[in-house]
Amino acid sequence: MSQQLTVDFIKCDGHGICAELFPERIRLDDWGYPIVQSGAIPSEMLAHARRAVVACPALALALTKFEGR
Amino acid sequence: MSARAPSRDQTGAAPVGLPRLLAPSPRDLDEHLARYGPVPLVRSRSERAALIEAVERSTLRGRGGAGFPTGRKLRAVAERGRHAMVVANGAEGEPASHKDAVLLTRAPHLVIDGAVIAARAVRADEVFVIVDRENRAAHDAVTTALAQRVTSSIDDLSIRVVGVPSRYVAGEESALVNFLNGGPAKPLAIPPRPFERGVRGRPTLVQNVETLAQIALIARYGVDWFQSIGPLDESGSMLVTVSGAVRQPGVYEFALGTSVIDVLTTAGADRATVVALLAGGYFGSWLPARAVPGLTLTRQSFADVGGALGCGMLSVFPDGVCGVVESARVARYLAEETAGQCGPCVHGLTAIADAVHAIADRRALPGALHDVRRWLGDVAQRGACHLPDAAVTFLTSALTVFADEFELHERHRKCAHPRVAPVLPLPDPSTRDWSWR
Repeated sequence: MSQQLTVDFIKCDGHGICAELFPERIRLDDWGYPIVQSGAIPSEMLAHARRAVVACPALALALTKFEGR
Repeated sequence: MSARAPSRDQTGAAPVGLPRLLAPSPRDLDEHLARYGPVPLVRSRSERAALIEAVERSTLRGRGGAGFPTGRKLRAVAERGRHAMVVANGAEGEPASHKDAVLLTRAPHLVIDGAVIAARAVRADEVFVIVDRENRAAHDAVTTALAQRVTSSIDDLSIRVVGVPSRYVAGEESALVNFLNGGPAKPLAIPPRPFERGVRGRPTLVQNVETLAQIALIARYGVDWFQSIGPLDESGSMLVTVSGAVRQPGVYEFALGTSVIDVLTTAGADRATVVALLAGGYFGSWLPARAVPGLTLTRQSFADVGGALGCGMLSVFPDGVCGVVESARVARYLAEETAGQCGPCVHGLTAIADAVHAIADRRALPGALHDVRRWLGDVAQRGACHLPDAAVTFLTSALTVFADEFELHERHRKCAHPRVAPVLPLPDPSTRDWSWR
C-alpha cells in the first residue's frame, strides 16, 4: 500500500523540522509552513518520511494511505 | 413515495413551468400545504430507498456552491446506520448571494419539508435549520413556520432554528458541526467528514436549504416532473442572485440550461456595458465579457470556460470601474475572514491582500505581481477549509481578466478609472460581526 504525507494545518505551528529532515519532498513557504510535494512516497524514502512524522512537535504531519494515482 | 398524478385544477398539483420555489409567499402552513400538497411519508425501508434513488436519478446537486451529488450524500449518511442528524444550511456567508435568505423568507415550509423528508430518508430524528444570525427576516420566517408546524403537529421529530455568526466560512460543513457542538463556527480538520462523525458524534447530513426545497418537490412530484425542465444531466430550476450593473438586481429562479444572456437581460443588464462577469461569488472567478454569450446556466458550461456557477451568484462588472481596486477590496475581505487556524491562510492571505492593495494604490515595488502569483501558487489547498482556494481562484482569474489594468498599476503606477465608488458588495466594516461564537 503506498502512502502520502498530509499536514493538519490547524495543528501545524511552522516549526520547520519536517523540511530539514525530509527536504526531498518538503520545503517551507515564506512564513515557515511546510509545502509537501503531492503523490505517493517512494519506498526508498519512507524511512525519511517516518522520521519527519515522528519529529513533528505539533503532531501535525502524518503518513496516510495514498488515495490518488 | 406515492405516484401522484399531477393535474392543474387539483390542490397540491405539480407546478407547471416556473416558479417552482419562488411562488408568492404562503400566508401559513395550511396555504403552503394547499399549494404543494401534503408532505410525502417516507417511513418504510422501501420508501426510504425509493426517495434516495429518486434524488440520485434527478441529477440534483448541492446548491450551496460545491455541487456534490445530493443523492450520493444522502446514501452515504443513510448507510452509516441509525440516529443521524440533519443540518439545513442557510448560513449563506457569501456577501453577494441572497438566494438562501430569500428562499427561507418566502418559502420556509418548503425548506423544512425537504429537511424532514431528508431526515426520514437517512433515519435522523433531529433537524437544525441554520440561518445567518444577522438576518432577522429569515430567522423570523423560519421561527414562525416552525411554530405553525408544532401547532398542527405534522412533524414527529425535533426541528430547531439556529443563528450562526455572519462569517464567510461559518457555513462550511465542519464549521457548522463545530458550532452545533458548542465550539466556535470555525472549520475542523477532516477527516472525519460530517457524514462520518458530525453533530454529537452522529453521522450528519449537511444540505443547503435550496437543495432541501428541491428534495421536497422531487418527493412530491417525482423525477420525471423534476426533469421536465433543464437538460437531462443537470435538471430542474435554480435560484440565481444577480447584482452589479443591472437595473433590477435580486434573486431569480431560472431553469438550468437558460442562456446567461437571458438571465442578465431579465435582471436589466445592458449588454454594451458588460466588461466582465463575476460568477460563483468570492469563491468563484471572473469571466471576460467575450465568454458570456456562449454561457448557459449549467455547471458544465461554466467549467468549459474555466469558471464555476457555484452558489448561482452572478455580478455584472460595469464599464468605468477599476478591476484592480475591486479585486483588492475582496482580497482584503477574504484575508480578514480567516478563522486564524492555519498558518498558510493567516499569513499568506494577508501578504497577498497587502500586495494587491499596494498595486491598486499604485505604490507597489517592482516584483509585487510576481510575489502575488507565487504566493497564490503556495497557499492553494493548504488549509483545513477552502478559504485559501477561494482567494486563489478569485485573484488568479482577476489577474487574467484585468491583466492590462494590473500591469498599468504595477509598472506605470497609473489607473484608468481612479476614484470610483466601490461596486462589489462587502459587509460594512463598522457594523460587521467579528465573533465566532
